[in-house]
Amino acid sequence: MAERAYGLLAEFESPEKLTAAARKARDAGYRRLDAFTPFPVEGLDRILRLPRPNISWIGLIGGFAGAGFALLMQCYVNYDFPLNVGGRPLYAISAFAVVMFELTILFSALSMITAMLWQNGLPRLNHPLFGAERFRLASKDRFFLCIEADDGEFDRERTPAFLREAGASSVELVTS
Amino acid sequence: MTDRSADILPTRQTIGGISDQLTGIPLQFPVERRWLIAMLFASLLLLLLMVSVVVLFTRGVGIWGINIPVNWAFAIHNYVWWLGIGHAGTLISALLLLTQSEWRNSLNRFAETMTLFAVVCAGIYPVLHLGRPWYLYWMFPYPATMDVWPQFRSPLEWDIWAVLTYLTVSLAFWYTGLIPDLAAARDRATKRGWQIFFGITSLGWRGSAAHWLRWSQAYRLVAGLAVPLVVSVHSEVSLLFAAGQIPGWHSTIFPPYFVLGAAFSGFAVVSIIAISLRSWIGLNNLVTDDHLDLLGMVLLATGLMTAYGYVFEVFDALYSGDAHELQTLSDRLTGAYAWTYWGAIVFNFIPLQALWRRSVRRTGWSLMLISLSVAIGMWLERYMILVTSLYRDFLVSSWSQFTPTFWDWSTYFGTIGLFLVPFLIAIRIIPLISIFETEELLHEEKEEKRG
Repeated sequence: MAERAYGLLAEFESPEKLTAAARKARDAGYRRLDAFTPFPVEGLDRILRLPRPNISWIGLIGGFAGAGFALLMQCYVNYDFPLNVGGRPLYAISAFAVVMFELTILFSALSMITAMLWQNGLPRLNHPLFGAERFRLASKDRFFLCIEADDGEFDRERTPAFLREAGASSVELVTS
Repeated sequence: MTDRSADILPTRQTIGGISDQLTGIPLQFPVERRWLIAMLFASLLLLLLMVSVVVLFTRGVGIWGINIPVNWAFAIHNYVWWLGIGHAGTLISALLLLTQSEWRNSLNRFAETMTLFAVVCAGIYPVLHLGRPWYLYWMFPYPATMDVWPQFRSPLEWDIWAVLTYLTVSLAFWYTGLIPDLAAARDRATKRGWQIFFGITSLGWRGSAAHWLRWSQAYRLVAGLAVPLVVSVHSEVSLLFAAGQIPGWHSTIFPPYFVLGAAFSGFAVVSIIAISLRSWIGLNNLVTDDHLDLLGMVLLATGLMTAYGYVFEVFDALYSGDAHELQTLSDRLTGAYAWTYWGAIVFNFIPLQALWRRSVRRTGWSLMLISLSVAIGMWLERYMILVTSLYRDFLVSSWSQFTPTFWDWSTYFGTIGLFLVPFLIAIRIIPLISIFETEELLHEEKEEKRG
């Protein structure tokens, strides 16, 4: 064994073939699976049993943080430098609403996008999969299933045969 | 509309073909000469802006035609016009994503790009109008040695928060949607320079199922936030006017009236860009006549809603019975600037009626001419709202006139260069139509065909 294997990358010609193969791999006991597709394929997350993302909660927290920050900031500014404009209230919630709304959206949107990138492990400059011969087609019109080498069922002889049987048009060993 | 979009892309093309065609636009740019001619023209306009700004900063805002009753003119009028144009990009992208109108997939990327640069053009205007633009930072709440803070009970302070939030969220939303396409361009690039550029900008995107899952959730939620953001930003812009007491401004219909007018002018500019790009770069297979048809319908619908706003503006003035409101109304209809009012009516609503005909909506040049007319009409409308209200307010002693000077015009035409130059650069370096969303739509259509 010259190089440590990252996993086996199997290529499929359509999303339907990929989902069928992913289901078979799941049934055969493989657990360390990932799929790579040019566009989101419906149902793949359920087959691969991916955890439901929590981006919406992060967005909610971000929104509250933005609203709270904006309200406190505007109240403090008017407390620190009270300016009497024709006797109008200093703590004018209706006047503060605009900036509160804007910062709610700003904090919420940025926190969700940051969380999405962070949880996806992005940005990163390289990844073992980028070394694979045909992987660049994953952004064009090919659909890939990867069985990672740390899977309990992973076997250098049996797994490629299994993937071919599941309909893969090519199977490639990816080194890490 | 959803059943029509079932087959909006010709299904004879392949997914790989679309990917090659769209990544090929930045990688092997197909229309070098046309692009250079356009770029030369745009650069001259940008140069004009630079000259105008240098003159402005050395001599002050007195070089413009503004005076004391009309202290807001071209600067704020063009600010509102540009910002309004920008809003259509977000609406196409976000609102139509949420309503699953998949015809947007061929339009959203360049519409969003349009938004970014239109907001930049809008954003520089209030800064130019400050008079002492180097004190811009006074707008931000920082612990100043003078012990003062910005006045958060003023619409002028709301404005900077609204516009900067809008710019930031639009940029983040645009970039998030772009990441998978930058990865596609990275994987097709053969030259070292492009590989490095797309390799870094695509952030290492691999299209993993887990990535897509989180990405979709984040993208949709940000889209959901962007729609109310558009409404809030342009409502806030209208409050710059409506929160003042000037007759013709002090009205509760302003927020919806402004938001609809913004969408109207923006959809016109989206149509202009869509028609130009598809004939320049040969994208007839992706921006089809069906897309123009739908754009035409949206334009007609938003136009009629804007017309309703006009009717109610008049009704409001009449119903109030306020002497000053009535006087402003008669100034608008018959005063020195009546040409802006009637110009707005004619350019906005007369050619628009041709869009009731399906063949007019589906023909590039006719939709283009109508859209140009709308862009001019909405420009006149913003002119009208500003000047006709200001030039004669409550006190007869302060009545005056406004005439734009050369520098007013040069700054305005210059901002068109400020819009076009980055837009043309963007066409060259990023996929100008969303690749993966187009592929996804094509795949769904093919699935449906197969049954």
